[in-house]
Amino acid sequence: MLHVLLIVFLISLFYLSIANRMTTYVNVLALQGILLFFVAFFELKNINTLNLILILLETVIFKSFAVPLFLRYILKRNNITREAEPYLPNFVSLIITTAIVITTIILSNTMEEGKLDKMFFVVALSTLFTGLYFIASRRKIITHVMGYLVIENGVFVLSLAVGNEMPMLVNLGIMLDIFASVLILGVFLNKIGDVFKDIDVNQLTNLKDY
Amino acid sequence: MITIYLIAAVLIGTGLFLNRGKALNYTLICLFLVLQCAFTVYACLHYTETTANYFTFDSLGLIMLLTATIISIPAVFHSYIYIEESEEMTPRSRATYFGAIVFLITAVSAAYLANHIAVVWIFTEISTLSASALIYHHRNKLALEGTWKYVFICAISITFVFIGILFLSLSFVNAHSDDLSYKNLLAHSSLLNSSWLRLAFLFIFTGFTAKLGLFPMFTAGVDAKDKAPGPAAALLSSIVMCMGFVGIFRIYVIVANTPLLHWASLVVGIAAFLSLFIATVYMIKVKNIKRMMAYSSVEHMGLVMLGMAAGGIGYYAAVLHIVLHAFVKSSLFFQYNQLYKVFRNKNVYHLGNYFKYNTTGAMVVLFAFISVTAMPPSGMFVSEFLIFRSMFEANQLLLLIVVLLLLTLIIWAFAKSIFKILFIPAVNFDESTVPVISPWRSTSQFILLGGAAYLGLNPPMIFVDLIKTSIALLPH
Repeated sequence: MLHVLLIVFLISLFYLSIANRMTTYVNVLALQGILLFFVAFFELKNINTLNLILILLETVIFKSFAVPLFLRYILKRNNITREAEPYLPNFVSLIITTAIVITTIILSNTMEEGKLDKMFFVVALSTLFTGLYFIASRRKIITHVMGYLVIENGVFVLSLAVGNEMPMLVNLGIMLDIFASVLILGVFLNKIGDVFKDIDVNQLTNLKDY
Repeated sequence: MITIYLIAAVLIGTGLFLNRGKALNYTLICLFLVLQCAFTVYACLHYTETTANYFTFDSLGLIMLLTATIISIPAVFHSYIYIEESEEMTPRSRATYFGAIVFLITAVSAAYLANHIAVVWIFTEISTLSASALIYHHRNKLALEGTWKYVFICAISITFVFIGILFLSLSFVNAHSDDLSYKNLLAHSSLLNSSWLRLAFLFIFTGFTAKLGLFPMFTAGVDAKDKAPGPAAALLSSIVMCMGFVGIFRIYVIVANTPLLHWASLVVGIAAFLSLFIATVYMIKVKNIKRMMAYSSVEHMGLVMLGMAAGGIGYYAAVLHIVLHAFVKSSLFFQYNQLYKVFRNKNVYHLGNYFKYNTTGAMVVLFAFISVTAMPPSGMFVSEFLIFRSMFEANQLLLLIVVLLLLTLIIWAFAKSIFKILFIPAVNFDESTVPVISPWRSTSQFILLGGAAYLGLNPPMIFVDLIKTSIALLPH
């Protein structure tokens, strides 16, 4: 069951790489939040109820409800066009994502056998690099933020992998998530939307050396 | 004690955010300085003790804490001048500015002393938040762009550090312990799984480079220093960089005690050399004097890390160099505000003949230039020379020659701009609007520069001992 969930998570990355519309990105992010909750639910066996409630709040309420709602609000308020406008065609994106996943699988095989389930490692690292790829290849600031949220999801998967030994790290991961998301989304995306009317990274090139 | 310090600092910081009254603001910030000094004295008196479980007053932390406290006093003084003379100042922006300064200094001080990697990480996060408030001080388009880039890159780098911590915990599984304090990690360094430790080191190192200002994440710091007010930029290029250094140094100590030492020094060395190279390329090109100073910081961090990679006497030189750099670079940034006041511009083309308009300030710029390019009698001459010696002893002769060539280019590029500013008149400059600047405002810069020269040329025995104890755990 755990592996099925993680593979669905991986598939959601492929879907994200060929997605065209902004709302699709938001929906996939919401789906990933719910998947993460079930992964946590099945993986963390000896967890106390309080911690489980915290994870529930973080994944379901925060990741798949509050953040998507806020992103939709931003999209609407700033009249952001519906297209994702990647620099590269979707087909190339799909190939690059596939290459990332294959590379992490090869990397995971070179790692010495630890107590870690390799599936977690592959999903987490490929989510991380796919998120970085999204940041590099998309034109809008809001897609950069979504790329960052994807990275956060990958980190959460990784923190679940060690969650049974060190529950403290899962809580730290949740803290990172909420802190960074609130900082980036709340404070700056709002502000940037007010100042730069059409949110495009090409407008953020005024800081120059001369 | 540290709990009291943190609680008091948080109370003062919150008080600053909430109160807009001028007198109250300055009372609170002075109160914070007293608190910071008292805490530093307490830390010195309780050397090597551990408080509140997660903080140890060890030698490296103490050196950095002393540096931070010494720099924070002139930083607040220059912030006062800056804020009061700024035309766009509102009570709200003043309150936010000083509140952010308090949180930044507190977070950085706590990060120096933390003995647990997760605690260092938490305070790094807090420092990002407070630094972004400082960078966004002007609330215009460019400041927003700088802040956005800083926040975004720092958020990614913090995530990287967290991933590194997760890998570290994975490499630690064999030790049957869940305590990720540096002491415990060091005690079990032989049990650490080397392939996981490799990944952990790569991620933690890359993450902290955003704070240290090293390749690959250096860009955030440069934009931030360009847009932040002068005194805040001084803090960003001194104590925040020291925080990045502490973060990397402590994990490096652990890796150095495993068979991965050679590999880790290679990674650090490559990043350091690339930083030096990039700094050279940009410094030849850059015309914005504030960004030039920021790139010069990138160069010096490259040198510090080259010392770390070379080992031997290089460890000593690295710690000495980063302390001296903090003093020198902060005084240069403090001086920058006077420069900007005279010329109302930061492009080198529009600056010139500074000696005529502000003689004392021009002398500070000249001395700071001599210090920062490590010409004798600058203190940094000593540390840089030791770094070169360590590279020579590590048989890195070719690398040393290339580094020296790059440094020559940097000195040429820096000197070209600085001497233009000091001696060659600027075209179409209207002299009638030049304000008179009191020479007394440069006192702190002279003290910092003199202190850096003193520490470099004739270091007090206690300072040498502190550095030697902090590097004692590294293999020699």
